[in-house]
Amino acid sequence: MVEKAYAAPNLVTPNKPVIFDDNVCNGCNRCIEVCMSDVFMPNPEKGKPPIILYPDECFYGGCCVKECPLHDKGAIRLNWPLMQRVRWKRKETGEHFRVGMLNPPPPNTRPPA
Amino acid sequence: MSQGKNIGMPLKWQYPIRYGEETEVSADVLVLGGGLAGCFAAISAARKGLKVVLVDKSCTIHSGAAGTGIDHWMGCPANPASKVTPEEYTYPPVRGGYGNVIATYIMARDSYDVLLELEKMGMKIRDTEDEFKGADFRDEKTKLLFAYDYENKHCVRIWGTGMKPALYRECKRLGVDIYERTMVTSLLTEGGKQGARVVGATAVNTRIGEFYIFKAKASVLTMATPERVWIFSSEWTGLLGLDGPPSNAGNGHAMAWRAGAEFTMMERSDHEEFGGTTGIGSIIFGSGSNFATWYPCSIVDANGKEVPWVDVEGKPISTVWERTHPALGQGFFRFSTAAGGGEGAKRGFPSLIPDLPDRIRRGEFKLPLYADLPGMSKHERRAIFGLMVGQEGKTWPVYHFYTQAGFNPDEDLLQVYELGAAPLGWRRLRYGGLVHDWDMKTNLEGLYTAGQQVFDGAGASRACSTGRWAGNRAAEYAMRADEPVVSREQVNSEKARVYAPVERSHGIDWKELEAGIAKVMQDYCGDTKTEELMNIGLKSLSEIKEAEASTICARNPHELMRTLEVLDILACCEIIIQASLARKASSRWLSFERLDYPEDDPPQWRKWVTLKLEDNEVKVGELPLDYYGSLKESYEAHRK
Repeated sequence: MVEKAYAAPNLVTPNKPVIFDDNVCNGCNRCIEVCMSDVFMPNPEKGKPPIILYPDECFYGGCCVKECPLHDKGAIRLNWPLMQRVRWKRKETGEHFRVGMLNPPPPNTRPPA
Repeated sequence: MSQGKNIGMPLKWQYPIRYGEETEVSADVLVLGGGLAGCFAAISAARKGLKVVLVDKSCTIHSGAAGTGIDHWMGCPANPASKVTPEEYTYPPVRGGYGNVIATYIMARDSYDVLLELEKMGMKIRDTEDEFKGADFRDEKTKLLFAYDYENKHCVRIWGTGMKPALYRECKRLGVDIYERTMVTSLLTEGGKQGARVVGATAVNTRIGEFYIFKAKASVLTMATPERVWIFSSEWTGLLGLDGPPSNAGNGHAMAWRAGAEFTMMERSDHEEFGGTTGIGSIIFGSGSNFATWYPCSIVDANGKEVPWVDVEGKPISTVWERTHPALGQGFFRFSTAAGGGEGAKRGFPSLIPDLPDRIRRGEFKLPLYADLPGMSKHERRAIFGLMVGQEGKTWPVYHFYTQAGFNPDEDLLQVYELGAAPLGWRRLRYGGLVHDWDMKTNLEGLYTAGQQVFDGAGASRACSTGRWAGNRAAEYAMRADEPVVSREQVNSEKARVYAPVERSHGIDWKELEAGIAKVMQDYCGDTKTEELMNIGLKSLSEIKEAEASTICARNPHELMRTLEVLDILACCEIIIQASLARKASSRWLSFERLDYPEDDPPQWRKWVTLKLEDNEVKVGELPLDYYGSLKESYEAHRK
């Protein structure tokens, strides 16, 4: 059993607009510089991912991900709130899918035009 | 530290704090706002060899309404493949004449040149890889790709995620002095007088709180209409910003108003439409749609039955070809204004059947609906999901994350969300802004304007074209203007206003204030308006200003930015209600319904109602709808 409890205010919603991988992110803070809403603040610990100080102000434009030098390696990824994860249906088979589902279909690797 | 259990715990502010410390900066041309219009204004003034300073609340590489991308370059009849002339495109004006003809004509004449400039700066504008060779919407000679009207070719599909980065690099290359994370708080006027020559601006840094005094011979104001007036929630993404980012808070409107600049069209707002395009609930253009970025995608019901389309006259059409080619005698597809239709708009291009919700209720179509990308031709499918989705607004992540999650446009139907209407009173201001002449000059000496800052000014090609124009005219003025003299008294009183929220420790916070203001607008200046309602609205705003808003607190420079934004939104609300009181007639074209003056657009009200402050009193005026005069002659006379 977990024995710790925390007295903290409710989280704002949505509260995790991006997810950092602490093992990949080197704390270069490029995402801080290109965020149009300035939702991040530098981490007091150098080399660590920024603090997401104002998650409720995120516009989900993806600039932080696009401009991240390590985004291909998964340093940062966008995390749409659950209410925005859309569904789709395969036309031939009628199978249903959803962004965020467990066991998703294989990725479509075609780059954009 | 980045996430997890310590969210909600107070942390040390990670930037130095310099509240009240002053930096003074001088410029020939001062550009206020770093979006498309601002960057183009700065670039054209810098090319004349002047000292140009640009001030941006956000980060210029990705700031503004098109900061994350744009897919359509609308209003481009001057391109070599177009079958429409700039004059035909502009005149007769749409929406009963309630449009900005000066800005429209400058765009129609110049936007192709501007697009070529963007190409030189490094933005991709044509299908150089021949991926779309043979497509109906491609001009084989120029390799330009077109949208909507494949016959007349006046709207270009572009790779617009590259637009802001290209403009930012060009500003840097030309030596434009850029102040980012710096929020402009007021315009400075000669002698501190309302209505006098604009001689600069004050600003505050949104991370360290430092104060700036910018002195300039000429200024160009290029900010955006506020996104958050009637609609606000911090529990939905982006503070419920719709097309534009949360930073579009009407700061330019508020500071221009206080300085005595003249506005028009502030009474026009539009009831927010859902249709999967608004970002309320679902991701804008990230769900199945047939509109804008997704045009002309087929929509099918749960059984695969296709939802029919109608042409501009409401006649059923049966092929995809007819969605992109006007029928004989129907002319070219028209966009009722720079950005979208609204309630009073005549349909300018084909759309889904207007009675779809009723036909769903009757059982004719089974929910849910889907965008049928697999049913579209290869080129059309790739253009919609791969070019447009991927370049527009917030869709760069949509393309990347949906495909990573396995979505395949060749095989998959993406669900359509939000068919219903928005709640009562949920309106948007998109068109109200500054009055200007053929020099893009306002009524204030030394103050030029462009982009969304002007009335009916929205749209990327319009912003870039008017920005370029305004920058040139401001530069010419700066070359012959006297040295600016700033009033210390005006600076001191603005400093006191700006820092008051950080000096208080008890009071309301910006979010609660903003939500309260939005409710006043929904209740008293909503879908239907009367004199009595709006007077209560004004009274409420005034009371809120004196009571709650005068207690507003900010705990750091970022909160101070949001706080000052809400105070500016409050000022915008007052302009909107004053403008709505001044027009004593309903107007279908302005989506403006007065229950106490129900007749739509009576002849005596077919005019612009203008407003400005004189000695802090609201002064209502008017302009004829056609105050722009002759198109070609005026354009040539002012182009130089």
